[in-house]
Parts: sequence; structure tokens; C-alpha cells
Amino acid sequence: MKQFIEMFKPKTKAQTTTLFAWALIAPAALVMFWIVVWPLYETFRLSFTNSNLGTLMSGADYIGWENYEKALGGRKFPAIVGRTFYWMFLSVGFKMILGLIGAALLASNIRARGVIRALVMPPWIVPIAIGCFGWLWMYNGHFGILSNFAEMAGITDGPFSFLAYKQSAFYSAVVTDVWIGTPMVTLFFLAAMQGVPKDLYEAAYVDGASRWYRFRRITLPQIMPTIVSMALLSAIWTFNSFEIIWILTEGGPRGATTTLIIDTFKTAIFSYKFGAGATRAVLVVLILGVFSVIYLTVLGRLSKKYSYSGAQK
Amino acid sequence: MMDKYSLLHKIGIYFSIALFLLFMLLPFVEMFLASLRPLTHLFSRPQLEVGETLSFVDFMSRFWSDKMSFQAYRDMWVTVPQLPRYIFNSVFLSTAVTLISLCFVVPAAYAYARFNFRGKSLSLTLFLAVNMFSGAVLLIPLYKLLRSYGLLNTYWAMIIPGVAFLVPTGIWLLKSFLEKIPYELEEAAFVDGASRLYTLRRVILPLAVPGLVVVGVAIFIGAYAQQFLFAITFNQNRDYMPLPAGIFEFIGYQTVLWNEMMAASLVGILPVLLIFLFMQKHLIAGLTSGAVKE
Repeated sequence: MKQFIEMFKPKTKAQTTTLFAWALIAPAALVMFWIVVWPLYETFRLSFTNSNLGTLMSGADYIGWENYEKALGGRKFPAIVGRTFYWMFLSVGFKMILGLIGAALLASNIRARGVIRALVMPPWIVPIAIGCFGWLWMYNGHFGILSNFAEMAGITDGPFSFLAYKQSAFYSAVVTDVWIGTPMVTLFFLAAMQGVPKDLYEAAYVDGASRWYRFRRITLPQIMPTIVSMALLSAIWTFNSFEIIWILTEGGPRGATTTLIIDTFKTAIFSYKFGAGATRAVLVVLILGVFSVIYLTVLGRLSKKYSYSGAQK
Repeated sequence: MMDKYSLLHKIGIYFSIALFLLFMLLPFVEMFLASLRPLTHLFSRPQLEVGETLSFVDFMSRFWSDKMSFQAYRDMWVTVPQLPRYIFNSVFLSTAVTLISLCFVVPAAYAYARFNFRGKSLSLTLFLAVNMFSGAVLLIPLYKLLRSYGLLNTYWAMIIPGVAFLVPTGIWLLKSFLEKIPYELEEAAFVDGASRLYTLRRVILPLAVPGLVVVGVAIFIGAYAQQFLFAITFNQNRDYMPLPAGIFEFIGYQTVLWNEMMAASLVGILPVLLIFLFMQKHLIAGLTSGAVKE
């Protein structure tokens, strides 16, 4: 026994360090295993069963790929996946563009910059659900400010309920999602812009480069690493975005705002089809994983080709 | 020289900033205005003749009235008697999540900031990969897990998942703070014969207090923001409901009490807004330190 313990005793300094470091990390790692890794495995397992409210007591049966066949072969499924990606690209695109514009504005030499920067933050600080209540009221057809403004400006003929029609409900949800996501993107782009060495700009200025040219050729390449990572993070969060759509439309009208996450929630929690819901959850994880790998690979190739990452040093 | 703008540029910049801020703040302004108007005014529309369009004056009168008052801020406590409880729950849940998260974050972040060890970058990547999963994906097994421990419909049902999804971000943030504390200080303590734990407690922690506060505030804000999903799925006990879920009580069968709902929402976000106001400089610097190259 003593020998056995001796075997695992650290012998070198490096081993002692490794042991100590892992001892410090262990509590956090255990929580992750308990609340994230194990449930993930469990989701995977459930996705092959017919688990539902009725089988909670008796135990679910293994049914192979049936859930996957049903989900993937379902009439609505391709539309939901397509909608989710459209939702993601549209929303992330707007967040990136607005974030860049906002950051460039805040980085310019203006008065009260600190105050303005703080005023941009609230949509991000405030609980998502509460921000959505505000938008719910603004989208109101008869009494909301947006419908009334559209009426006054002659865009619509009368009251217009933004959340009642398929298309307008979808784009309204995008606007709210952009509203919530833009502040953080702006903040990180601004910080990256302020980290760009001043002498680069001065050298370009002396050479007679215009402001737009300096933005395109110095600022953009210099903050590209931040743009790349923010875009990926933002894409993942937008793909997973739940509360915004749920509070505004609950996935309706007639499924017009049902993304994969909403579909997962509806199937699992509202219809109590745990197995079928788990299948969708697994598909979400797979799709996001594949998307992230492709995104990073493509960008890795591009950055080698155009070597804008040279700015990264 | 370089940062001088022509007048036209200046106007353009300030105008764009105004537009940007309008987009960011309009919902809050409209929430506030709605909270001041009596329900009869909220649900009134100017009578239009056939073919007549809404005039600018009509438009403005929709959002401004002589009868504006803070009445809704008094009535809301009567309509939803549980409201103080909901607000307390929100603050309590976020505080608990923050304190518990920090217990896990501090040692782990210290290990990542200070030591080179086997499996360092791999495990750090795995921690960050947790950010890829939203709670919504793991709801089913989490529900079963919490049920088997008998934790459904308790505070724990909202605290435990909250902690799990905030620890990775916390580790990442605190790590970059701790990396800035010079290693020489620790070495000096070592030379004097201090143990590793003693050094962590007596040398590192005091120096890390500003970083800890920022990370704590960031976790608090995150916890305050993400209560909704876990609350509506894991908790049915009204006594433990946080505010975002409790606000649904203003939506009645007949009518929605929009003015009181907006008033309650604004009062409910006050705690985070105040904390943000006091901390915003440090918070922004701390959150973005990873984005800036040194």
C-alpha cells in the first residue's frame, strides 16, 4: 500500500506544480462535469429513447435512430434550420456593422465620450426579459410608438401589429436581438481600437492618407482578431438566443420565428417529449460545433493568404 | 492636427451618435413614459375620419398627457402584492450565484494565471467551450438532475445552473487580472518561507481585490440577466420567483396593465443599473482588457 502511494507522489518540481494547479482547478471542473458534461451525455443518451411524461416512472425504451429520422425527415425541419441560420447571419451581421460604426464614433475625438459610452450599455446590462417587455409594448399595434410613428409618417395605413404577421414578427425579433447584442460588440471594438498604436495613424497621416483610408488600412486590420472572435461568440449566442423570441412571439405567428432552440424548448418542455427534444438539442450542439470548426478553419486559411494577422504579432 | 474635424464632420459625428443613442435608449424612454400615463390614456386613440392620417400633434399626444403621474408606481404593489418578494428574489439569487461562483473561480483562475502545467490550454479551452451551450440545450437532463435531488422549486434550482454557466467566463476574466500581478511578489514571499496557500491568501488576494470586484460585478450582472429561463422551467413556487418571471402577473386575462408593468420593470432594473453606474469605468476596463494588446 505504501509503495502504491509512493508511486503517485510527485517527484519533480514540475509534477508538484501540476498537482497543485489541478487541485485548485478541481472544484470548478467538478461543477462543470456535474452541471454541463454529464447533462450533455444524458441529452445524447435520451435522444435515442422515447422518453416522455408517461415514461418518467416506468423508464424509457431505447428506440435507436427513430427520433432523428422523425426530426430530420419532418416537414418543418429544413425550414427551421434555414430560418435559424438566416436569423443568425442577419442579426450578427447587423451587430457587427452597428458595433463597428458605434465604436468608430465613440473612438473619435469628441466631448463627453465617457458619458456616451455609458449610455450605450443599458440594453446589455438590463435583464433580457425586461428589455423585451419594453419592445413588446413598442411593437403594440394600436398603442405602440412604432406603429403610431409609421402611421404618422404615412408608411402604414392604420394600426400595424408588428408581431402579428409572419415576416414583420421575424424582423421585429431581429431588431430586438440586435438591440441587445450591439452594446457589447461596440464596447469590445472600441477597446480594440483604442489599443491600436497611435504612431501608425500619425505615420499614415504624414503620408497624406485620408481618414477613410486610415480606417480601412490601419484600424480594420489591427482590430481584425477582435472582430473575428466577437463574430464567432456573437454567432453562437444568437443561434442559442431563447428569451427574446420566447417573450416577443413564443415562436409564432404560425412558426415564423421558431428557431432550433425554440423548437427544442417547445418539444421538450411544452409537449413533454423529452426524447424528441433531446434529439433537437444534440442537433443544435452538432451544428454549432461544425459551424465553429468551419469558421475557424476558413478564417485560418484566409488570414494566411492575406496575412492580416501579421498585425497580431 | 490629425484629430481635428471640420464643422461638417463634427455635425455628422454628433448626429450619428444621436441616432445610435436613440436606438439604444428609446425603449427605456418609452417604458418610462408609458409608466407615467394612466391606463385610459395608454389605451386611447385619436378618432380619425375616414381617409385622415395621424397628424404630428396626434402622434405626440399619444406619448404625452396632462394626466401623467407616478400613480402606477404606487398601484403596482397592490396589483401584485408579491412584487417586493420578486425583487428580493432577483437580488438574492444573483448575490448567491456571484458568491458561490467566486469560490470556484478564484482558485482556478489563480492556477491558470500562475502555473504552467500539463493540460493547461486544453482544460482552459474546454472551460470556454461551455459558453457554446445555452441552458436551453441542457434543460431536460438538468430538470431530471434537479428533480432527483429534490431541488426543483427551490432557490437552488436557479442558483446551481446559474453558477455553472458563469464560472467559465469568470475564470477567463479573473485570469487576465491575476496575470498582471508581478510574480516577484510571490517569489519574495516564498523566499521568506511562506507556503503556497499562505501566499495566495496574504499576498495575491489583497492585490487582486479590484479585479475580484470587477469580476464579481460582471457575474452579478450576468446572473441578474439570465434568471428567466431557469425560473420558468425549474421553479413553479411563486415565493421563489425572480422578477422577470413575476412580471408576467401584470398580464391579466382581460387586459395588460402596461403602465404598472413598465413601472415594475424599471424599478426592477434599478439594482443593476445603480451597480453599473458606480462601477462602469472599472467594469468596462476589466471586461475588455483581453481585447487590448499590451
